[in-house]
Amino acid sequence: MTKPRVPVVEGLFREADDGSARLLAGRCPQCGAYFFPKQWSFCRNPSCSGGALDEVELSTSGTLWSFTDNRYAPPPPYPAGDPFEPYGVAAVELADEHMIVLGQLAQGTDVTRLAAGDRVELVVEPLYETDDEVRTVWKWRVES
Amino acid sequence: MSDVVVLGAGMHPWGKWGKSFVEYGQVAARAALADAGLEWADVQYLAAGNTMRNGYPGYVAGSTFAQALGWRGIPVSSTYAACASGAVAIEAARARIQSGKADVALVVGADTAPQGFFGPLPGDRPEDPDWLRFHVLGATNPTYFALYARRRMEMYGATPKDFAAVKVKNSRHGLHNPNARYRKEFTEDEIAESPIVADPLRLVDICATSDGAAALVLASAEFAAARGDRNRQVRVAAVSTVTPTYPNTYLDMPDIATDSAVGATLPERSFRDSIAHAAYEEAGLGPEDLSCAEVYDLSTALELDWYENIGLCAPGEAEALLHSGATALGGRVPVNASGGLACFGEAIPAQAIAQVCELVTQVRGEAGGRQVDGAKVGLSINQGLFGHGSSVIVTR
Repeated sequence: MTKPRVPVVEGLFREADDGSARLLAGRCPQCGAYFFPKQWSFCRNPSCSGGALDEVELSTSGTLWSFTDNRYAPPPPYPAGDPFEPYGVAAVELADEHMIVLGQLAQGTDVTRLAAGDRVELVVEPLYETDDEVRTVWKWRVES
Repeated sequence: MSDVVVLGAGMHPWGKWGKSFVEYGQVAARAALADAGLEWADVQYLAAGNTMRNGYPGYVAGSTFAQALGWRGIPVSSTYAACASGAVAIEAARARIQSGKADVALVVGADTAPQGFFGPLPGDRPEDPDWLRFHVLGATNPTYFALYARRRMEMYGATPKDFAAVKVKNSRHGLHNPNARYRKEFTEDEIAESPIVADPLRLVDICATSDGAAALVLASAEFAAARGDRNRQVRVAAVSTVTPTYPNTYLDMPDIATDSAVGATLPERSFRDSIAHAAYEEAGLGPEDLSCAEVYDLSTALELDWYENIGLCAPGEAEALLHSGATALGGRVPVNASGGLACFGEAIPAQAIAQVCELVTQVRGEAGGRQVDGAKVGLSINQGLFGHGSSVIVTR
C-alpha cells in the first residue's frame, strides 16, 4: 500500500497534480509585496497601510543566488535519517517577486556543477517517512 | 549629553570549562572592576546579555549576576539580541549614564555553550523561523555561512585559499592572547585537510561554540575625571544597535526567504553596511580613521564581507586587501588582532563585549605581543540573528 504524501509543515506549499510544488505566500493588495511564509495576516511594509494579505502562489522557477551542501547531520528538529544523507541547499532569486527563497536541492544534484544564475524549478520530494505517511518538502531542481 | 568612558575591562578565558555561566560572569565582572580600580559597591547599574541555553537564570542574567556579586538594590537590565546581546547591554548602560541616572555601570555577558551545532530551543513551533529552517530545510548556521561564502566566490572569484588565508592570519594573532581558546598557528596545508562541513567551508573555517565571559565598567566623563588613571581611560565614541530597513533583500539568518522588493524603495545601504555607517556617523569618524577593527568572523569568508561592510575597501576587493597584509598585525589596519572568533569560538552574550575589551586593550597600548602600533581608534562589528546590528567605536 502506498503511503499518503503529506507536506512536512502545513501552509508552506502544496503539491500540484503534475508533482511540482507551489509555494504558498501572502501578497499585499495595496503595495504588492510578497511574504513567504505568509505567517501573518498583515503587510510588513512600513510605508504601506494595506489590509489583509491575499493568498497567492510564488513563481515556480528562479535563478541560483548561492548554494552549498551539508555534510554533517543537523541537530533536531531536522529529521535526519540513519545513516545520514548529505543534501544541498540553494538560495534562489525569484524575478517577479524580487526576493530570495531557500530550499533543499533535489536529490542527486551535483553541487560541484552549479553556478550562480543557473535556472532552477520547484519540485516536491520526500523529506522523511513515518509509519503512516511520507512527509514531503519543496526542493529546487536544475531545469533540464 | 555626557561622554561615556570605559574605566575597566575584564574577561574569563574562553574554552570548555564545564562550569555555570554565572561562575564565568562573576570572574569577568570582578576583573573589570579591579581593572577600573573600583568596587562592586561603586556600581549603580548592571546591564547583562542573556543566554538562552542555561535555563531561567540565563533569561534574567542581570539579576543573576547582581545576586552572584551580592544584592545591593541597584537596578539591572537583561537583554537578548542573539550575537549582538553584548552591544545592546553596553547601550543600555551607556544610556543610563547619559541620562544622568548613574555615574558607574557594569556590563556583563557570559555563556556556557553546548557542543556542536547550535539548534533551536525544544518544542514544535512552525511559526518560529528558527525552528522552521532546521526542521524543513536542515539549514544550520554553517549552511548560511556557506551560502555567503559561495556567493563571494561566484561574485568576486574568491577561492577557498583566500578563506584559508584569513584563518592563518587570525591563528597567528591569537597566539598572543591569553584569553583565546585556540592558540595554535594553522598552515594552509593543515586547513586543506580539515573536513568540509558545508561546501566551500571546512571545519576550521567555522567558529566553534565556547564558554567565556567578558565585562566592562562604564562611567560618566565627570566621574572618570575625578578618579583613576586618565591615560587608561577610553572614550566610547559610538554604539550602533540598528535593525534592518525594509525591504531587507539580503538573506539573513534564520529566515527562509528575504523581504520582497516589490512595491518598496530599496534602502540606501544594506543592513550590514548600515550597522557601521550608524557608528561612523555618531563618532564623526570614517574607515580611514581606524587603527584596528574586531569583526565577527563566524566564518573565515564572513571576515572578508565585513572588510567591505565597514568600508576598508570596495565590494569585491577584500581578498586583495587581505593578501596585501593590511589587515594583519603590522599592517595598515589590523583586523581581529585578538585572534577573532577563529581563536575564541563563540560565547554568544559575551562576544560583542569581548570585542570591545580587545579594542580597549589595544588603544591603551596594553596588548603585548598582539599590540597594534599607535592604536587610537578601534571599531567592533557584529550581527545577531533576527535583525540585530552591533558596532562600537572607542577612541583614546
